[in-house]
Amino acid sequence: MRQNPLRDPRDRRLPRIAGPCGLVIFGVTGDLSRRKLMPAIYDLANRGLLPPGFALVGFARRDWADQDFAHVIYESVKQHSRTPFREEVWDRLAEGFRFVPGDFADDVAFDQLRQTITTLDAVQGTGGNHAFYLSVPPKFFPDVLQQLKEHALADGPPGSWRRVVIEKPFGHDLESAVELNRIVGEVFPSGSVFRIDHYLGKETVQNILALRFANALYEPIWNGNYVDHVQITMAEDIGVGGRAGYYDGIGAARDVIQNHLLQLLALMAMEEPVSFSAETLRAEKEKVLSAVRLPDDLGKHTSRGQYAAGWQGGIQVPGFLEEEGMAPNSVTETYAAIRLDIDTRRWAGVPFYLRTGKRLARRVTEAAVVFKRAPHLPFEATATEELGQNALVIRVQPDEGVSVRFGSKVPGTQMEVRDVTMDFAYGESFTEASPEAYERLILDVLIGEAPLFPRHEEVELSWRILDPIEDYWAKQGKPEPYDSGTWGPPSADAMLARDGRAWRRP
Amino acid sequence: MIVDLTDTNAGKIASAMVQLRHQAGAPTVGMVMTLVIVADEHEHYDAMKAALEAAHEHPSRILVVVPRPGRGKPRVDAEVRYGGDAGPGETVVMRLHGPLADHAASVVLPLLLPDAPVMVWWPGKGPDTPSADKIGRLAQRRVTDAAARRSPDQALDIRADGYQGGDTDLSWTRITGWRTLLAALFDQPYARITGGEILAERSSPSGELLARWLEMRLKVPVERKSSRGPGISGVRLHTVDGAMSVLRPDGRTAVLEQPGQPDRHIALFRRSTSEAIAEEMRRLDEDEVYGEVLRHTHRPPPVPKPRLRSVRATRAKVTNKSASKSAEKAAKTTTTPSKAASRRRAPKA
Repeated sequence: MRQNPLRDPRDRRLPRIAGPCGLVIFGVTGDLSRRKLMPAIYDLANRGLLPPGFALVGFARRDWADQDFAHVIYESVKQHSRTPFREEVWDRLAEGFRFVPGDFADDVAFDQLRQTITTLDAVQGTGGNHAFYLSVPPKFFPDVLQQLKEHALADGPPGSWRRVVIEKPFGHDLESAVELNRIVGEVFPSGSVFRIDHYLGKETVQNILALRFANALYEPIWNGNYVDHVQITMAEDIGVGGRAGYYDGIGAARDVIQNHLLQLLALMAMEEPVSFSAETLRAEKEKVLSAVRLPDDLGKHTSRGQYAAGWQGGIQVPGFLEEEGMAPNSVTETYAAIRLDIDTRRWAGVPFYLRTGKRLARRVTEAAVVFKRAPHLPFEATATEELGQNALVIRVQPDEGVSVRFGSKVPGTQMEVRDVTMDFAYGESFTEASPEAYERLILDVLIGEAPLFPRHEEVELSWRILDPIEDYWAKQGKPEPYDSGTWGPPSADAMLARDGRAWRRP
Repeated sequence: MIVDLTDTNAGKIASAMVQLRHQAGAPTVGMVMTLVIVADEHEHYDAMKAALEAAHEHPSRILVVVPRPGRGKPRVDAEVRYGGDAGPGETVVMRLHGPLADHAASVVLPLLLPDAPVMVWWPGKGPDTPSADKIGRLAQRRVTDAAARRSPDQALDIRADGYQGGDTDLSWTRITGWRTLLAALFDQPYARITGGEILAERSSPSGELLARWLEMRLKVPVERKSSRGPGISGVRLHTVDGAMSVLRPDGRTAVLEQPGQPDRHIALFRRSTSEAIAEEMRRLDEDEVYGEVLRHTHRPPPVPKPRLRSVRATRAKVTNKSASKSAEKAAKTTTTPSKAASRRRAPKA
């Protein structure tokens, strides 16, 4: 195609906006769709980033007409959208709403879906370009994908595109992940498959790359000569709540470590990519993930727990086993901590500690680089008693930002050094108006930009890391209980104490 | 919190800011830039309000300079605001009385944030050559508003004459939405463009800039037609397959018509000043494209092709008329008419 005469690389006021296209959401009645996807689509429209005539098709087992569907979207947009509600934007967007009722096994419904799409191409000018968002449990993936194939929905007319978006979990172990990739790959070529890990859409996660590779300050000390260890934490204060059925048998490690935490690890630890294209970024992430080594003694260097009843932030909460719909003898972990080593020159001898859990003291996600102590302290021993290790902490959520901990003299006549924090808060320096992760990711899908989506190789590499740990845990019986509202089980503290270290309090 | 300081100086204003920050318990400075607003008494309130809204996206120290020239004694009165309505940064409104009105830079310079970039915005008439202005010289980015001039047509000529890298104009910022939509049309396969027209309110600098941009990028003549607005009400591009057009008669919703495609509607708002300022604050380096568009002049009519004769004839008429009209105006003003006229006579290739 000819170059666009109106675009100029120097003209950075002009955002890329999606070309004519539509989005089909399967499982449109789900929580994610209502809380995140629909508001994100409205916010995109409000920011002028969706094409004129954009179409949104819902597919679910509900006896709805288009208007009912529009009403559901309206409610969700009113409640959850980030940008103010504007009648004009809404009216234009709503012209493209369609609903197709049906079951995933229902051939008639998929025929109707195809007709709907064809009609949209004619009425809304979507040009045959459609993305299918599978916001459904993974067990339905094969059905939906097969139906898309059989009803010739996976290939558009010449010159158009079809894409598929899938959400985690990408399988529950290596074998199932490979199988899932095979099923998806049969229907869509790998360039058309977008795996959403919404963490990668977050500004702060992308900022890790800016912090590391745009500055002169950090990269020289970003290695085993200066770094003692790295802690990556994702803590939630809520329990499994209504997701008990989904969560049982999955557990914290599969739910969080396999995707979010290993992706964070890859971004923190990878070498500098030669460019920021999807290809080169993934190449570096894959390199570092393939260099990850598990500890020899998994019993000593991993920990898992299950929250017991207690008090979380002033509210009395039930234990995991008492949650509604939970098998009372479940051995699923709600807390997982593991040590990983990376066998590269940069990271030899620097352990990476990953932990995640539910019903912990507060909701926080951060990656902390903890530095070695200064080799020599020219002060009286008493002067530096309160001096800890320097640390650089990237806070992913909430209160996104970066802080640096370092020693400073306490005012007074005596020489006394104490840890202080220097803080950069995103919300303070940029934008209250920073886009939601889903906005960014949905737009990237519609434009066809892939850097923020993990490829199946990355997914398989991370299962390769996690599988041996899951196998080991499966033989260990019940996880250790921990009180709700604390920072996890005692074995997690013991695991770090063995290495002469301690968890930060995030 | 608001602190009023009468007959004060920059040093006292600075310590008042530090004190307020400490009282609020937020001693770190997370602000990313200093925004200086130079405005009249009657302009400054709206400008400050817009800037505060924009500051939610770009926390900044906002210095509002209100010159009050006159005979009296030189004096600074300042109002320092922090927290609450002042948004995420600090805001200082300074009234500079008497001869001090001509030396505003001496008060502004000590109050700039260390290292952080500086943007200056004249919501009103503004100086003819922003980069030569004393405060303009302190800033990386100098924002004017051609639409606020008494004669917006002429304002673009003045801007073009005084242009230096780092200048921008809100009449350019206001058309980003149009430009985004038009650029997106060309992301798809398109037929050869043979000409275009812009419908805009009479003497809309934004309409003129949009026309120049299209002319420059598409290398076709673009006719300026006046409409009842509001602002720009439509763009029509003639292609060998027929016309494609974006029409926005109500200033809110646009209809997109393309040959062989269904009509499509999309929300296309006129932008508020705070949105425009927020966009300006997003990029602080030189806007080269603006510079080129601003200085782009009508090219001589290309070798006529029979099919287009009628369109071009009208265009040439309009061009000559407007050129002679503004040349007339230019001659009356203090700007360098000979330069402006010669530029018009010898257009760039």
